[in-house]
Amino acid sequence: MKKTKDERRALKVNRRTLLKGTLAAAAATMLPLNRADASFSDFWESFFQKHFREMTEAEKEKVVARLEKEYEEKYKIAIKVGIEPAMPGVLFGYGLDLSRCIGCRTCEYACVAENNQSIDPQIHWIQVLRFKKEDPKFPDFEHAEKYYNAALAPQPGYFYMPIQCQQCENPACTRACPTQATWKEPDGIVTIDYNWCIGCRYCMAACPYGARHFNWGEPHRAPQDINPNTHYLGNRPRYRGVVEKCTFCIQRSRKGKYTACVEACPVGARKFGNLLDPNSEIRYMIANKRVFRLKEDLNTSPKFFYFFDFGGTR
Amino acid sequence: MVQATKNFFIAWLSIFKGGPKYYLWLAFLACLMGVGVYAYIGQAEHGLIMTAMRDQVSWGFYISNFTFLVGVAAAAVLLVIPAYVHNHQPIKKIVLFGELMAITAIIMCILFIMTDLGQPLRVWHILPPPIGMMHWPTSLLAWDVLVLNGYFILNVIIAFYVMYKYAHGEHYEMKSVIGFLIYLSIPAAISIHTVTAFLYNAAFSRPFWSASILAPRFIASALCSGPALMLLVFQVLRKVTDVEIEDKAIFRVATLITYAMAVNLFFLLAEVFGSFYPGTAESVNIHYLFFGIDGQTNLVKYIWTAVACNVTAFVLILNPKTREKFATLNFALVLMIVGIYLEKGMGLVIPGFTPDVLGEIYQYTPTATELLVSLGVWATGAMIYTFLVKFAIPIHTGKLRFASGEHAVTAKRAVIDDVTSEKA
Ligand code: SF4
Ligand code: SF4
Repeated sequence: MKKTKDERRALKVNRRTLLKGTLAAAAATMLPLNRADASFSDFWESFFQKHFREMTEAEKEKVVARLEKEYEEKYKIAIKVGIEPAMPGVLFGYGLDLSRCIGCRTCEYACVAENNQSIDPQIHWIQVLRFKKEDPKFPDFEHAEKYYNAALAPQPGYFYMPIQCQQCENPACTRACPTQATWKEPDGIVTIDYNWCIGCRYCMAACPYGARHFNWGEPHRAPQDINPNTHYLGNRPRYRGVVEKCTFCIQRSRKGKYTACVEACPVGARKFGNLLDPNSEIRYMIANKRVFRLKEDLNTSPKFFYFFDFGGTR
Repeated sequence: MVQATKNFFIAWLSIFKGGPKYYLWLAFLACLMGVGVYAYIGQAEHGLIMTAMRDQVSWGFYISNFTFLVGVAAAAVLLVIPAYVHNHQPIKKIVLFGELMAITAIIMCILFIMTDLGQPLRVWHILPPPIGMMHWPTSLLAWDVLVLNGYFILNVIIAFYVMYKYAHGEHYEMKSVIGFLIYLSIPAAISIHTVTAFLYNAAFSRPFWSASILAPRFIASALCSGPALMLLVFQVLRKVTDVEIEDKAIFRVATLITYAMAVNLFFLLAEVFGSFYPGTAESVNIHYLFFGIDGQTNLVKYIWTAVACNVTAFVLILNPKTREKFATLNFALVLMIVGIYLEKGMGLVIPGFTPDVLGEIYQYTPTATELLVSLGVWATGAMIYTFLVKFAIPIHTGKLRFASGEHAVTAKRAVIDDVTSEKA
């Protein structure tokens, strides 16, 4: 009996140290703190950081200052985290000319360069699918190819369809999220607070377009490859265990610039603008081209319009 | 009253006392838990990349286990209804152990959710304001958190109140508040599995989960696997402890399982037909599940094993001759648990994601990390149930009775020693 008692104590101690180990490991690796020497107040503030939409302007400034400090210590370069709000009277919309797209994936890589996605493990916000033209089953995604060799594109007999977040007006993802960590901004951009997301991935199950990507491992990116002009809701460096996706380059579009993909596309297949402005290019395109949206039957009402121009693939 | 409550909690010390076999069992579970913790440390260190889940299949083995265990938790109704509504005495005597299993199953559900989260330390964000930002009533996951916790609290109150009463040689009144709570636990049990089914339904981008028969089928299958697990555990209990469980109770529950299994198989047939026959684009997931696509047949073995298990189990449990013989009954129960574990787990969650919404087939097979962490959670559940039952049995059999009044304090030590010395 005595022996079992001792054994039990040993077991208990063991279990306790194990538990402590786990908690320490969990705390060290899961908290959005990237430094071992973080002060207690930083730790506290980071852990109890409020939801972005609940913060006052002053609180936002403070959080941004702390984040910038954290990023600088981690990446050894100065990173600017913007919090520009939506501009009034703006609802962003996107157009993609399928008859022009040549499947070169320039947009895909321009996006990665602009938006600080993890290089290893690899995260791409844009997927380009290749369809066989004579395939009677189009538009059946089961017959699309995601892993074609872009260096050989365009190839005769195929057409290409880039897919990214469709910035739905009625998004499935924001409805799913149990913590309101993802929501639609007044300018129509669906955003994520990377410091509020718990990583349950229900939004990924809900999104009909495979637009959301999870940081399965610690995101890695060389400091010299980091784009230092960021936005809190957009391309600032992310954490492991949170979801991310295309934000229409919120750090650019809210300053009146085109998105990186629009600028990069070598054939001008991509259009971007304000849906509320009757004179915008995007409105012209919707009014005058043959336009469709993906999976319209789901009533997600994407603000991402695919269209065909005259003729076929060039 | 205060003293009595104190005694009740002091009596918990009895869970640490037992014979060598009891310690051996605990040590065995502790080892498995240790393995689970070790695997989880690896996952905490490197992230969920240690699992086989990826963007294409973003939920896997953890959520599969979660779904199965919600069913086990809900299945306590199969004891609660005959016990309280129909006043079936043999079942009334054992309903407590069913409720304790429900409590255990919910704790395991929560553990599986926690292991699946990318940022587990932020889980408090899901609480209602002002603490968190619970997205209620829009998000079905928020609903699930709500009903699971509600059902958990309900069962804890019921089970502990009943034990408290027994321990003082009293009985509880069905006409009192506790009676109301017991009745409330019936729709609550249905609700947890319904909401979990709705959680899948709500992801309308995945046609595989959108069948409106999903929720009824969840309930039907839960009423097979959960009680089957309970019947096996009860037989173990009456063997290794002095608790008495009548054959009558077991066979009665077995009969109820038979009905549930018939309904379950019927629903399965209805769903398979409805999804298969039209041959629309929506049929692609179920096609992948049952036959594979282009030689990618990862899930085929799981689903056909499940079907074979369930059908065999049904035949065995339908025939009164085999149902009322323990050897064949238990075989059927085991088959049923395996069948529904595969079907509700790998057969429900994974095909929802394969092919994914852009038509890609990512073949998911759980990694060692996922298997070991899950093993750890199951061992934790077994440990919790062992403790709960260890505490409940002396109260249940009448060995542990607290004196009330002045003698209570002196009595308590003696009582505990008395109870525990007699345990194996
Ligand atoms: S495409 Fe997906 S991630 Fe983007 S807004 Fe729509 S549902 Fe959300
Ligand atoms: S993964 Fe994050 S954004 Fe997505 S549903 Fe969960 S908490 Fe919300």
